[in-house]
Parts: sequence; structure tokens; C-alpha cells
Amino acid sequence: MTFSQFQVRFHGRGGQGVVTAAELLSVAAFYEGRYSQAFPTFGSERAGAPVAAFCRIAEREIRTRAPIIRPDAVVVGDPTLLHSGDLFAGIGREGYVLVNTSGDLTDLDLDRRLAGLRPERIVALGATELALQHLGRPVPNAVLLGGLAALCGVVGLASVERAIAERFPGPVGTANQRAAAEAYARVARPAELTGASPD
Amino acid sequence: MSGQPVRFFQVGSFAAGNRLLPPELRSVQSDATRANALTSGHRACQGCGEALGARYVLDTAMRATQGRLIAVNATGCLEVFTTPYPQTSWRVPWLHSLFANAASVATGVASALEAQGRSDVRVLAQAGDGGTVDIGFAALSGLFERNDDVLYVCYDNQAYMNTGVQRSGATPPAARTATTEAVGPEPGNPFGQGKNLPLIAMAHGIPYVATATVADLHDLEAKVFKAMSIHGARYLHVLVPCPLGWGSAPAATIELARLAKETGLFAVFESEHGELTASSPIRRPVPVEAYLRPQTRYRHLFDDAGEVGRPDVVARLQAMADANIARFDLLGGER
Amino acid sequence: MLRQIEGSQAVARVVAACRPEVVCAYPITPQTHIVEAIGAMVKSGELPGCRFINVESEFSALSVAIGASATGARAYTATASQGLLFMMEALYNAAGLGLPIVMTLANRAVGAPINIWNDHSDAMAARDAGWIQLFARSNQEAADLHAQAFRLAEEVSLPVMVCMDGFILTHAFERVDVATREQIEAFLPPFEPRQVLDPAAPVSIGAMVGPEAFEEVRYLAHARHLDALGVIESVAEEFAEVVGRKSGGLVAPYRTQDAELVVIALGSVLGTIHEVVDEARDRGLRVGALGVTTFRPFPLEAVRDALAGDARLVVLEKAFSSGFGGVLSTDIAMALGGATARLSTVVGGLGGRAITETSLRRVVDDALEGRLGRLEFLDLDRAAVERELAHMAGDRRSGPIAENVLRAIGAGTAGIAGRRA
Repeated sequence: MTFSQFQVRFHGRGGQGVVTAAELLSVAAFYEGRYSQAFPTFGSERAGAPVAAFCRIAEREIRTRAPIIRPDAVVVGDPTLLHSGDLFAGIGREGYVLVNTSGDLTDLDLDRRLAGLRPERIVALGATELALQHLGRPVPNAVLLGGLAALCGVVGLASVERAIAERFPGPVGTANQRAAAEAYARVARPAELTGASPD
Repeated sequence: MSGQPVRFFQVGSFAAGNRLLPPELRSVQSDATRANALTSGHRACQGCGEALGARYVLDTAMRATQGRLIAVNATGCLEVFTTPYPQTSWRVPWLHSLFANAASVATGVASALEAQGRSDVRVLAQAGDGGTVDIGFAALSGLFERNDDVLYVCYDNQAYMNTGVQRSGATPPAARTATTEAVGPEPGNPFGQGKNLPLIAMAHGIPYVATATVADLHDLEAKVFKAMSIHGARYLHVLVPCPLGWGSAPAATIELARLAKETGLFAVFESEHGELTASSPIRRPVPVEAYLRPQTRYRHLFDDAGEVGRPDVVARLQAMADANIARFDLLGGER
Repeated sequence: MLRQIEGSQAVARVVAACRPEVVCAYPITPQTHIVEAIGAMVKSGELPGCRFINVESEFSALSVAIGASATGARAYTATASQGLLFMMEALYNAAGLGLPIVMTLANRAVGAPINIWNDHSDAMAARDAGWIQLFARSNQEAADLHAQAFRLAEEVSLPVMVCMDGFILTHAFERVDVATREQIEAFLPPFEPRQVLDPAAPVSIGAMVGPEAFEEVRYLAHARHLDALGVIESVAEEFAEVVGRKSGGLVAPYRTQDAELVVIALGSVLGTIHEVVDEARDRGLRVGALGVTTFRPFPLEAVRDALAGDARLVVLEKAFSSGFGGVLSTDIAMALGGATARLSTVVGGLGGRAITETSLRRVVDDALEGRLGRLEFLDLDRAAVERELAHMAGDRRSGPIAENVLRAIGAGTAGIAGRRA
């Protein structure tokens, strides 16, 4: 994939690992020789609180410290956040959206908000269920990362798996790698998606 | 009790001299070869209990460590009267940082020595009661709970003497200070306030806690020796009369320290790992008024003829002494 | 070694490579990741010969460092915000004693209202404490400055505070070439204290000094700060020789030649400023930037040289002195010989308010067109302020200002993400 800069915004809740997801994405991009910068919206830490994290990926040194205002991709770790502010603020027509839900995207009433985006770039993924299945814990960050890699191709699955292994050595890392790989496969082959494909 | 194998009943003052002790137990006040941590020529007031206490504590610690000792000092009388540059009276490596941080600075010294593998050098921190029970309390509690390898010595003269005799958390009830004036229906420091730091130190479960007074220097030396034979956090609380703040004659310092102990108002005891292990018995019980009368900080309790003018207050102080006697079994072994 | 790493982790690794002997800390956001990482290295045995002390307050953290440093040990601690203010007395003490302690300050606003996010109020509060204060532009520079800080501190016998923007740098993952232990060993000689607590040669440290010599002692601290200006440059050069990378120094000019406007700042916002400068240059505007890397001692001469000419100046500050204005601005003006009409102060980024490229672009345009006042507040919600002023004028018991302002701006549901420009 060629680009000069690609920006991802993650929204989730404390405990879901969206900050880690942004960090791992930056590490995966680093492995691919790119410059990257991941940073959270820094709240006082508590489980369940809304959390946002950012990742910028670029071909040259990233100097700006401003938050991401025009994301190329938005990842929503918890669909209950969709009612608390505009998670998709600044996203362009070429943008990507990945929502963690095992339900139907149409139920989330995003049509109007995401009108104009390319439908194949709006994807639902039952990330929490996949995480439970592979890790036994409802921490969907690695799953979302695998899904995002498949959705927008900004990093390859191998780099995601390497970043996971570096961060989580041992069985936890292996399980997360498997979860990411399955998510990647599901998003890369939409026919096998658990949710309905976006209209 | 660690310190006193010989009883000095033959000396009315109980202030027995070295001649009655075997040579190895004698204090070495006048020995030319004695360790001399705090030299003469410092600027303490006449009769300063703290100067005497600090000298014995430091000299003993020097002997116990063969001179491998570093001292940390909080701000206070001791710091001021021993130093102004360039006239330091200290012959130990000595560091003064601030009022409230002597315990933490000492932890830093001990940690540095440990990191450098210099296990032969030991650390002693010292402060007055203000620097210990009040402003330095948090840092001291931190030192205790981490069990850092420091002997912390509090020289308790029961008020902020360096700043002009203001109340501290160690000021006893009824005592007049510049901030607990002898006016109104309840003159002096209120009852029911203040804190007992030796007991608080014991509650931390540290290896060694002891109290002492400058009336019994053999006992003080023995406790310092014992403290230096132990590693970890150790606390020594020494009662040091202050002629200026107590309104007492300089020559009465030793006598008042002894009376504090003999009345039961100041319990002299030892504790290991939170358990009381020994207490110094009262040899000849004395009512508290004998201790109070020579001190002008208690003058408001007496009338012009020197008779008790506030028997109610004196009775409350006597009750405190009696409670100490019961709690620490101060009459038990010697009755 | 080149890594994609969190800023705090990079700093922890460099500090560890400097082989500190005593590290002590009390946790405060956003400093925690640094000391947690060092603590783990000590506990695992990865950092032999080091003691890690968990203390009960920041005041004690610096006090432990004071004791350790006076005993000849290389000592390190880290703090932020309220923690720095809680150790303020010890801060002056460490400097007065001339103890070469190195401390990271993860810059954070100072309450009230309580706020955990980034600005420079904490560093400015400690401006006159006698510490050398260095500001990092990036995590690369933050990591490198720590190695330089130990060298500098020990050479001039002064404590050094490395300021890195809380969260913006401490919690950011980015590419950092972390100096290796071998590189640091080649760069940083063993600590040779000028004064040390040693039973073999007892000295009294920290005794009282009266009026007869206090001014001379203070002057000598000033003289060592002035010496440090030269040492900072030579240390940065030597670091570049050993590690092969330029970091630190006194000031960092960026495209200032021929500039009609120079934006001056401390810390990580310089990255964003550089982006805006490049973009302005692309638009044909002659704009440059000046980073002040060394804030104390203040490099008057280097600033004067960098700002030679008659360019308009905008000092962008993440702190200010209530009832007065910019802090850095005052120093910049001093370097230029006094108050100057060509200088404007723009206060922004307070309490973590994001400084966006859009806002900076507007500052640049306003400055070039002479629309900028002497003191401006970036992205200030004037309406909310006016509303609260009116409220206070009309109601004696108007209540907590902070709550009223939040009500006025309609916040409460969106959280801080809602304040993104």
C-alpha cells in the first residue's frame, strides 16, 4: 500500500486495549520501515471509561503532536460509544470504519452518519467474541488490529503478529496472534464475516 | 534491661560515677582516646540536654562502628548550635538538608552505601521533637515501614525551642509555650493532644525502639550500642531537658531528666519488633509536682508560695504518670 | 538501538544505561511509566548496583536523592506537576548543595483545578530553584538529554531537570534510537563528586551560612550556571561524536535565515510548529522557528544571535504568570535588550488543550499581518469567559468558577475528546 500519511483513530473503553492496539499498529508499521506515532487521549485511568487512541503512519519523520482530526480509518471497540459524541468526526469519503459488533451494522443506525463512504470500507467484526474464543478474555485489541490490517492494508498481518509477539511473549502472545489472524481472514474474505456485509 | 548491671543505692542522687563500674562498661567522657563526634566549643545554651544527649549518642555510635559513621541532621537547635560555617563541631561526616526530611535523606545515604557495597559504614539520623513528631513524621514513617538501615534519634525537648519555644506534638499537657500561653481557664497546652512517637514507632514493627534520658548516660550508651548491633530501622527517643524552654536552671537538666523518669511521666523502655521487651524501673517513686515545680513552664500550676494552685491539673498529670507506670510496669521489678 | 518504543520506556532505558546507583520515586501521572520500568530493571537484576526506593512522597523522593548524591552515588528521580511543587523545598536544597541529581519532569499542569494533562506550569514554578532545565522536543531528544544530563550535572555539580511533555511525549510510541550501554559508557565517565560524606575525611555539608558569605555562595551558583552554558554545548558535541546524533544544546533554530516571523517555544510543540513553518514556506511566507532547549541557565547570547534581524516574534508558551503574561517571553525580551514591539506572546496548550496546526497557521497569518496583540490566548472560548464574568458580576455567590465554565461550554458528555479542536 502506498501513502504519504495514514491516520487511524481508535475508540473504546478502558480495559479493551485500544491504546495498546494503537501502539501495536505503530510497531507493526515500524517493522515495515515506516515512521509511526501512537498516542492515547490521556484520561485518568479507570476501567470502562471512554478512551481514544491515535496512530499516524508516514513515509517520513512525523513531527506534529496534534491529535488526529482527519482520520483515514476509525476503529470502534465498543458500539455503545456510538451514542456518546461523533466518533467519526473528520473521516473522509475514502475512509475506513471497523466496528466491533457481532450484530448487524444496519442495527447501529450508521447509514446517515457514514453516507458517502465506500460501503466495502465499513465493516463489522465480532471482535469481543473472537477474543473470548481465543484468549478467554473480552479484550478485543489484537482482533481489531488483525481486522484493520485486512480492511485497509496499511500494515501486513505478519508485522501485526510480530508486534503482538514482542509485546506479549509466551502463550498470551500466541493466542493473540491466532485471534488477529482469524480476524484478518474474516475481514479479508467478507463472505465469511459473522455480521452482514454493509449495504 | 540492657544497660545497668550495678545498682547504685549507695548514691543518693543515683548519679553514680564510673568508679563503680567494671572498666569495659565505663563511660569515657574524659578519656583522651574517646571518640569525639561533637567537639566542645559549640553554641548550645548552658545546661543544654540535647548537646549532652547528642554527644553521648554520636560518640557511642562512633565507638560501635569504629568511626565508620555518617550523620544526617534535621534543621533545629542541634543543627544550628553545632555548625554555622566554618565552625562546625562535627567530626563525623555530617549532612543537613532540611527540617522535614532527615529520615529520607538518611535513607538516601544508606541506599547509596548499600549500592556501593560499603556495608561497614552506618547511618544515623537525628532531629528534635518538632522535626520528628510533626514536620518530619511522614518521612520517618516511610523510613520505618521500609525498614531502612538507619538509626533515627529524636532529642525530645518537648517544644520548638530553636524558634522561641512554641508548642510541638510532643509538648506535654499544661506546659506553657509561646503558642500555648498560661492564660485562661485551661492554661498551657491542652490535655488530650500530642502523640507518643515511640509507641507509633513500635506499631511499625521495626526491629528496635528505645527511650532514654540524659539522666542515665550509661543506659543511653547501652541502647545506642544495642541499636548499632542491629540492622534495619531503629528508633531512639531521648528526653533532653531544655533550660530555656522549660524555664529551669541549667544545673537542673540532669535532675529534671531523672525526675521525668522517676515520676513515671516519661517511660524508659525498650521494644523489639513491636513488643515491649524491657522497662527501666522507678527506683524511688516521686509525685509529679516535684518534677513540675522547678520549671517555669508549669508555674501557673503553683501559687506564689510554691504550693499547688491548680490541684485539678496536677492530679490529671499525676494520673498520666500513674497510667504510664501501669502500662510499662515501671514499679514492677523494683518494689 | 533503533526501536519503536514509548517515550517513557526509552528514557528509562537510557537512565538505566547511565548506571544510577539510587533511584527513588513517588508515583504521579504522567511520570509513572518511567520509574516503573526502572524499578522492574532493578528488581529483575538487569540493573545491578542500583537501589530502587519507593518513598511516601515526592518530598522524600528528592530527599533520598539528596542523601544518596551527597554520599557519592549517582541519583535519579522523576516527577510531575503537584509532585514537583511538593518537593519544592528540596529542589532549592539540592541546587544549593550543588548535588548533581538528574530528574525527569513529565510536564503537567498545576492545579487547581486539578488537571493531569500537559503544560509547562510545573517547570516554570521551578524556574528559579537553581536547577538546570532542559526541554526535549521529541522522545529521541528526551532519551538523549538524559545521558547528557548526568554528564552535565556531574561536570558542573548542579542538578539537572529534563523536561518532557507529559503524555504527549511520555506516552507516545515513536521511533527512538536508544543509546546503548556501550555508547553511554564511552560518553559518561564515573561520578567524581566535589564533596562527599566519607568517614575517612569527614566534612559538614549543609551548615548555616550567614550574611557574611551567603551572597558569595549564591553568586558562585550563578557562575556555575553560566559555565554550564558552555558545558551544555560541548557535552552535546561530544554526545554527537560518540553516539552519532545531534541532540540537546542551547537553542534549536529552524529555517530562521531571512525569516520575517520566528515562532519560539519549548518542548514537543516545536514539532507541530516545524510542520506549520514548512507549510508556510510552501505558501511563500518567510517563517522560521526557534526551540529553546536550555531554559535554565538561559542562553541569552545564543537567543540574541538566533533572533538577529528584525523579524516579528511569537513566543508560544504553555504557561504564564497570572496578572502579567508570558514567562519565556520575558526572557526572550531580555535577550533582545528589553521589551520590544516585535514580540507577541501566545499562551496555549494549557492543561492539555491540543495545539493544532490549524490554530498555529492562524497565529502565523495573524502575526504576519500585524493582527496579533501583545498577549493572546490560543483558542480561548471568549463567549464562555464573558458569560462567566457576567455571571460573577451579577451573583455574589457565583460558585466554583471551574464548574461554571464547563457548564458554559456545554461539556459533560463528550469528555476531553470533545475539546479536540
